[in-house]
Amino acid sequence: MSVKAATAKPVRLRIQPGRAFIYLFLIIGASIAIFPFFWMVLTSLKTQTEVARGAFWPEQFRWYNYLEAWSEAEWGPYFDHSGRWIPGYFLNTLFIAACTVTANLFTNVLAAYAFARIRFPGKNVIFFAFLATMMIPSEVTIIPNFLLVSKLGWVNNYLGLIVPWTASVFYIFLLRQFFMGIPNELYDAALIDGCGHLRFLIQIVLPLSKAALVTVVLLSFIGSWNSFLWPLIVARDVALYPIQVGLRSFITEMGNEVQLMMAAATFVIVPVLVLYFFTQKQFTEGIATTGLKG
Amino acid sequence: MEASILQKSPLDGLAVPHCFFGFFDAFRDFWYNVLRRLSMGQFPQLGILAWELGKAGSHRSQKGTLMAGLSDTLRGDIQPRMELFSGRRARRARETLQGYLFILPATIILLLFHFLPVFYAFYISLHKWFIVKGDYVGLANYTRALTTDRFWNSLKVTLWYVVGTVPIQLLLALVIAYLLFQKIRGKEGLRMVYFLPYVTSTVASGAVFAKMFNPTFGPINKALDAIGLPVLRWMKEPRGIFTVMGEMWGINVPFGGPSVALVTVMFFVIWFWVGYDATIFLAGLGAIPYELYEAAKIDGAGRWQLFRYITIPLLSPTTFFLSLIAIIGSFKAFNHVFIMAAASATEIGGPLRTTTTASILIYNNAFGTPTFGYASAMSFLLFVLILIVSMLQNYIGSKQVHYV
Repeated sequence: MSVKAATAKPVRLRIQPGRAFIYLFLIIGASIAIFPFFWMVLTSLKTQTEVARGAFWPEQFRWYNYLEAWSEAEWGPYFDHSGRWIPGYFLNTLFIAACTVTANLFTNVLAAYAFARIRFPGKNVIFFAFLATMMIPSEVTIIPNFLLVSKLGWVNNYLGLIVPWTASVFYIFLLRQFFMGIPNELYDAALIDGCGHLRFLIQIVLPLSKAALVTVVLLSFIGSWNSFLWPLIVARDVALYPIQVGLRSFITEMGNEVQLMMAAATFVIVPVLVLYFFTQKQFTEGIATTGLKG
Repeated sequence: MEASILQKSPLDGLAVPHCFFGFFDAFRDFWYNVLRRLSMGQFPQLGILAWELGKAGSHRSQKGTLMAGLSDTLRGDIQPRMELFSGRRARRARETLQGYLFILPATIILLLFHFLPVFYAFYISLHKWFIVKGDYVGLANYTRALTTDRFWNSLKVTLWYVVGTVPIQLLLALVIAYLLFQKIRGKEGLRMVYFLPYVTSTVASGAVFAKMFNPTFGPINKALDAIGLPVLRWMKEPRGIFTVMGEMWGINVPFGGPSVALVTVMFFVIWFWVGYDATIFLAGLGAIPYELYEAAKIDGAGRWQLFRYITIPLLSPTTFFLSLIAIIGSFKAFNHVFIMAAASATEIGGPLRTTTTASILIYNNAFGTPTFGYASAMSFLLFVLILIVSMLQNYIGSKQVHYV
């Protein structure tokens, strides 16, 4: 089922012109996939007149655009007029993502373990109910959630941005699949040695499930980094904006300064791309596992 | 009775430091005691169960760990009453309680923010709800939605969106996955490149697309111009793509089709999803037993026949899954539509509402003009529609999907 398996049994091709065609097709496709990023970086290095003229290649790389884009909005930490320290978009997002990822690990690992290993009445019914919530479109829940969060006083508050996303059926499912793959004999042996569930989970299951845990951390981090609609509604104050909402207001405010817009888009995208670049194996395998079995 | 076995555990020497468990013991014992004190009056059975649980964790606290003293203090003056609960029954009861405790945190969050809101949304949809709750209006919000053009228009836009993105995206992904599955060089790198769009934020990449399709300075129009094709106004063009194409070649097309602006959005959607679909197709291809190909080759099947009679049918569960995801995703399409309009300086869902998908309409009604009741009614209609589509697809799928 894993992506690795895909590379193992290739169907052999013999005709060479066909092979050339394959390479041509794949390379053209890959160029289309990567072109927007290429154009984004290229545009972020142009002057405004070059952008307006529609020049494809800048005469000189204008790195200063990045500095300008950074200073035009509250990307980094700063002190506001009353001397209050404001973390800025990047630190806001990092804080929200760190909290979301940690809480997600805690709630989802426990629940996934219970569904995979512990026997309790109503387990299947509850698990089915969990899975059913995946069917609910977010359009239905967003209004009641907003009302609930505002009743709790969490609008314009980190809690409102974090707490609703601290559990996910998707990750519970992913981890449960993984935990179920751990042999029963291991648990039986541990049980004879007097090991309880919590201890078995922490000492045996978690060290064996590093790959799955890394996948959950990665996916929930990127999900948190890229989340847009909910923070757009809940974060009213600029001081609380996470990065995507910040980028959106930057885009609408900058209007014609396309080179700055592209510079901002670059530094919003690049951290995730770097992360993906170093962890792509876990990433695609996680996607493939849950994707296929979902 | 169990304590003697519990004393010695070979697992004790493993990676996690012992005081860590001392802390857990103390923590657990504390809560079990709270539970016991609270419940002794009304539910003596539960109280004893709690005591049992506390005892089960106590074997480690005799080992002189950092937290053991605290743990013992917290346990305090409890008298053993183990004769009521022993052996298998006790273990089963403990396991049950543990199971519920383990799923408790996730259940609270999911109930509060994902499950109960559905019922609350239905309640809201039965009221006039302009920021704060107003009169009960029954199903008036639903009839209002079903009788306005805007709602039907958004469904039409969504339908075009599905028709214009799902088949092309799946076909392209299948071809790419099939080619990547061959024995070629650099497939790892290519696969990574194809997957890149999926990890980027739709806000950033949507803005990049909006600017690439800019009518005056965007590279797309420059390229079209350079090869002598007529340029388009892309995100600013509310007229149908067929009308515009017909005009170019001097044909009168009676059928407008999706607006050019919506087609621009579709380009983005296809670009964004092809890599994801191809990754999942690749995993599906890897799951097809190689023996089937071998057997068919011995029977003299050509490459096209292998593809048509083995790959396609055996890949059908994957195709089915991906089309379901893609269609449901189309009903929820929001971020990129929103941001592409914003970055092109057109109104959200514009021009002339031709990119107002179902979720854009709901957003506009919920957070543009805060008519929560009306927006909730529309979101419920959308929910029902998604359910119908999924069930329909499931029905078709059960007839068409082949499993190995």
